Amino acid sequence: MLPRRRAVRAFGLLLSVVLLVCVAGASIAIGAKDLTLGQVWHGLFEDSGTYGDTVVADRVSRTLLGLLVGAALGLAGAVLQALTRNPLADPGLLGINAGASAAVVTAITFFGVTSLSGYVWFAFCGAAAIGALVWFLGGSRAATPVRLALAGTAISAALYGYLQAIMILDDAALGKMRFWTVGSLAAGDTSTIVQVLPFLLAGSALALLLARPLNAMAMGDDTARALGANLNRTRALSMLTATVLCGAATAACGPIVFVGLMVPHVVRSFTGPDQRWILPYAAVLSPVLLLGADVIGRVVARPAELQVGIVTAIIGGPVFILLVRRRRTAQL
Amino acid sequence: MKSNRAIRTPGGLSVRLDVRALTAVVLLVLAALTASVLLIGTGDFPISAGEVLRTLAGQGDAGQEFIVNELRLPRVLVGLLVGASLGLGGALFQAISRNPLGSPDVLGLSQGATAGALTMIVLFSASSEQITLGALTGGLVTGAAIYLLAWKRGVHGYRLVLVGIGVSAVVTAVNGYLLTKSDIIDAAQAVVWMTGSLDGRDWNQVWPLLGLCAVLVPLVLANSRGLRMMEMGDDVSYALGVRVERVRMLLMVSAVLLTASATAAAGPVGFVALTAPQLARRLTRSPGPNLLASLCMGATLLVTADFVSQRVFGAGQLPVGVVTGVLGGAYLLWLLVAERRAGRI
Repeated sequence: MLPRRRAVRAFGLLLSVVLLVCVAGASIAIGAKDLTLGQVWHGLFEDSGTYGDTVVADRVSRTLLGLLVGAALGLAGAVLQALTRNPLADPGLLGINAGASAAVVTAITFFGVTSLSGYVWFAFCGAAAIGALVWFLGGSRAATPVRLALAGTAISAALYGYLQAIMILDDAALGKMRFWTVGSLAAGDTSTIVQVLPFLLAGSALALLLARPLNAMAMGDDTARALGANLNRTRALSMLTATVLCGAATAACGPIVFVGLMVPHVVRSFTGPDQRWILPYAAVLSPVLLLGADVIGRVVARPAELQVGIVTAIIGGPVFILLVRRRRTAQL
Repeated sequence: MKSNRAIRTPGGLSVRLDVRALTAVVLLVLAALTASVLLIGTGDFPISAGEVLRTLAGQGDAGQEFIVNELRLPRVLVGLLVGASLGLGGALFQAISRNPLGSPDVLGLSQGATAGALTMIVLFSASSEQITLGALTGGLVTGAAIYLLAWKRGVHGYRLVLVGIGVSAVVTAVNGYLLTKSDIIDAAQAVVWMTGSLDGRDWNQVWPLLGLCAVLVPLVLANSRGLRMMEMGDDVSYALGVRVERVRMLLMVSAVLLTASATAAAGPVGFVALTAPQLARRLTRSPGPNLLASLCMGATLLVTADFVSQRVFGAGQLPVGVVTGVLGGAYLLWLLVAERRAGRI
C-alpha cells in the first residue's frame, strides 16, 4: 500500500476517535435532566455527591456500556460479513441476538438465574446454537445472502413466538421482559459493565487478531489455502468471536439490530476491502452510532426516552433497504 | 395408481385430472370438518360429536343450540376462514418470492398488522372492532410499502424478500416501543393479541372474512395458470403469453388482502402461512404452487391447532398461536434435516 494512503487512513481513524469522544461527551451531557456544562464538569472531576453528580455518574456508566456494546456489535458484524462473504450479515438479522435473548429469558424464567454473570453463559450457548442452526438452514457453504437472511428471520420469528408464550403465561416476566427485549442501555451500571467487560475485551481482541486470516479468506477458499491460511481454524475462531461478542452484548442490553450491519458497510466505502482497517474503524465508529442513537432516543421523546434498540432499527431499516436496492450488493 | 388422468368428452374437450392432488384436497377437507366438529364439542360444557351434528342440523335442545350456534360455531368458522386465507396467502407469497421461507410472517406483513392493532390498543384503548380495523390498515399499508420499495423495473423475488425483512425489522421495533409505552393491563391484552387467538370471536368477524374469501379465492385460482408458468422464469412466461407483472401485482394484492384480513380477525397466528403450502406440496407431490391444497391445509392446520391447545391446556388458557408457533419451530427443524438429506446443504 502507498505510504500516503496509509497515512490518510490512520488520520481518518484518529478523526473517528475524536468523533467518538465528542459523541460520548454528548451522551454524558444530554438527557432528561438538564445539566449545565459546569455541572457536568463538576460531576466528572469534583464529585461531591450532589444530585447532579449522581446523574452524571449514571450517564457515565451508561455511556461506557454503550461504548463496549457498540464496539462488540460492530466487530461481530464485520467478522460475520467477512466469514460468510455476505454483505447482509448482521448478528440481529442472522438470529444470533434472538438466540441469546431466548436463552437468557429461559434462564431467568425456568432456572431462576438472576445475576448477569450467571445468564451470560446461557446467552453464549443460545447465540452459538442459533448461529450454527442458521448457518446450516441457510445452506452453509452454498449460502446466499437471501437464504441466510431468510433462515435468520424465520428462526428469530420462532424464538419470539416462544418468548411471547412465556410472557403470556407469566405476568411478572412480561413486566420485566417487554423492556429488555427491545434493547436498551438504561440498565447499564458499574456492576453490569464489570461483569461483561472480560468477555467483550477478549472477543474484541480476538476479532482484531483475525484481520489477516479473514483477508486471506476473502480471496476464495483455494487461494487462501494456497497462501497458507488454516481455513477451518479461521472459521471456528470467527464463529467463536461473533458468539462471545453478541452473547455478552445481548446479555447486557438486550437484542440490538442493524448496528453490525450498517457500520462495516460505511467503513468499507472508504477503506476498501482490507480487514486490518475495517475492523479497527468498525470498533470505533459503531459506538458512535450506538451512542448517537441513544442520545437521539433521549432527546426526541422527552421526558421519557426511546430505547436505543428501537432507534437503531428505525435508522437501520431504511439503510438496509437502500443497500438491497443498490444493484451491486443485490448481485453478490 | 397413475397420478395424472385425462378426461375426454365426446365434443373434443379434455381436462387433465391430477388424481393424487384431488384425493389430497378431499381428504384435507374431511379432516378440517372432523376437527371442526370435535372443536365445537370441546369446552367447559362438552358436547358429543353426534349431538353437535344434530344441533347443527337444527334438532338440538335450546341450551345446546345457543352454545353451538352462537358461541362455538362462529369461532370455528373464523378459524377455518383464517386458516384458509393464511394458507392461500402463504402459497402465493412463496410462489412469488420463489422461496419456501418467503411467507407473510417472515416478510413483515403480520408485524405490520400487529403494529396497527397495537396502536389502537395502546394509544386509544380501542374496542375490538377498532382493533380489527387498525390491524387491517396496518397490514395493507405495510404490504403496499414492501411492494413499492421492492419495485425497480418490476419486482423480483430476492428483492421482495430482503425489503420485506428490512421493513419487518423496523415495524418490530415500533411494536416493541408501543409495548413498552403501555400499562401492564394493555400490555397483557396486546401480547395475547400478538400471539394470535380465536377466543371470543363471533359472527361479526365471520361475515366480512367470508365475503372477502368469496371474492378473492376464485380470482386467485383463475390466475393460477399464470403463476405456474411464472415458475419457469419471467422471460419464458412472457414468451408463453403471461403478462407477468400484471399477474404478479394482482396476486400480490390478493395475498396481502387475504393475510391482512385474516390477521385482523384472529391476530398474527404464526407459521400457518409458512408451513401449510410446504405440507400441501409434500402431500400432493405435484409441482407448482398447489393453491387449493394449501388453502385446505391451512384451514385444517389452524382448527387442529386450536383443538390441541384447548384439549391439552384447557379452554381459553393458551392462544392457538402458541401451538402453531411450536409447530412452526418443528417444521423449521424438519426442513433443515430434509434439505440436508437431499444433499442441498
